[in-house]
Amino acid sequence: MSNKYKAIVIGGSAGSFQGITQILANVPKDFPLPMFLCLHRLKHVRHGFVEALSIKSNKVISEPFDKETIKKGAVYLAPANYHMCLELGSTLALSTEDLVNNSRPAIDLTFETASYVYRDKLIGILLSGANKDGAYGMMKIKQRDGLTIVQDPNESMINAMPNAALAATKIDYTLTITQIINFLYELDKLYRTA
Amino acid sequence: MDDLSPDIEITELRKLTQVIKDKYDYDFKDYAMSSFKRRIKRVLDLYKFKNVDKLISVLENNADFFDEFVSEITVNVTEMFRDPTFWKILKEQIIPNILLNHSKITIWHAGCSSGEEVVTMCMVLDEMGVLDKAKIIATDIDTAIINKAKNATYPLKNMDVNSKNYARYQGTRSLEYYYKEVNGEAVIHKSLLENVSYRKHDLVQGVVFSKFDLILCRNVMIYFNQTLQNNVLNKLHESLFKYGYLAIGSKESLIWCEIANKFIVVNNEEKIYKKVKD
Repeated sequence: MSNKYKAIVIGGSAGSFQGITQILANVPKDFPLPMFLCLHRLKHVRHGFVEALSIKSNKVISEPFDKETIKKGAVYLAPANYHMCLELGSTLALSTEDLVNNSRPAIDLTFETASYVYRDKLIGILLSGANKDGAYGMMKIKQRDGLTIVQDPNESMINAMPNAALAATKIDYTLTITQIINFLYELDKLYRTA
Repeated sequence: MDDLSPDIEITELRKLTQVIKDKYDYDFKDYAMSSFKRRIKRVLDLYKFKNVDKLISVLENNADFFDEFVSEITVNVTEMFRDPTFWKILKEQIIPNILLNHSKITIWHAGCSSGEEVVTMCMVLDEMGVLDKAKIIATDIDTAIINKAKNATYPLKNMDVNSKNYARYQGTRSLEYYYKEVNGEAVIHKSLLENVSYRKHDLVQGVVFSKFDLILCRNVMIYFNQTLQNNVLNKLHESLFKYGYLAIGSKESLIWCEIANKFIVVNNEEKIYKKVKD
């Protein structure tokens, strides 16, 4: 663990809602790294998801507009029916390209573009889910020397997604939600003492 | 997605866009990098070109390939009644407002892709009983996709999501009213599209060619960087009559554009703007 990291991407699908709410409820309020959440969601429901995630969250969560500038410590949620990608120059870019892994937003696109921008300074966290979206993205993060974490398949409500990532690439840590929260706490401390 | 192929470098993309500019006079240099790179990657995979240099040499030596290339790099994913609430607002507020002061309505679909949005517009106007008052221009950079839009023939399986959108829009009919089934495809009745003319037009380099009461350019500019978005918005602004309306995608915004002060927000949720200054 080190304070070299500049951003965190989190992906989740079926069975990840509870885990992600726990993480957002417990992440320190002024945690300095921007977090990019790509969670599979109903494509025609534009409203309600951010609100549902925000209820217990310590952080303000927003669905970004295209070409929005990334802010320190902000939490971004991929909007319904758009892919959310990162661009060089600290901006987010949305896209209506084809579904990837049957999904839009697709975790692979968020993860791959984030790893391209942040290289070895990115942490990828993949939670419960029923397909293999995110496995390729985790592989790209690892290839570019970022840090990879999956939710413990034994804890995941549906473990296909963490397992697909474990099969696709080297995963640095396999953690429960509680351990992920502890990890973020410890990480946060490194930025305070620095 | 291929695991082993190396990353496409930005310098390679620069070289590619320069060759295209020199030889074909299309300018892709200000396309948003993340999606443009992905589209180029897609072309490399599709045609089994081993790298960008190979693509460049094919483009340099084979002009016939260029149209195909443009078709493959432009994003053509669309549906009828995408964002049903947007179409509801158009029907209940925007179009009636325009027709309050005008006997005719001119509409431009900028970046019409395969034409689902044009079909949608005609259905809305038809249900309002004002289709005969409309003059609609639909443009796209991609010749092949314009022909597709003209044919207005869609896979039947797509009609499922279209019908669901239509139900959410709370249309007064059923979508089946507007098409007939031929060989597993939905063929939109030609009479619905009588007032539409389709033409090839490049938003990036094309000139302002007419003035409109309403322009739809939804989820087109997301493929451009901010510099290019500003340029295109200037053209769209110029192509609107004063007090004309501009609709962009639900997750696009004018906020950081130079020209924002010449528009007012009419509906922030659906991203509908009105030109108030020349």
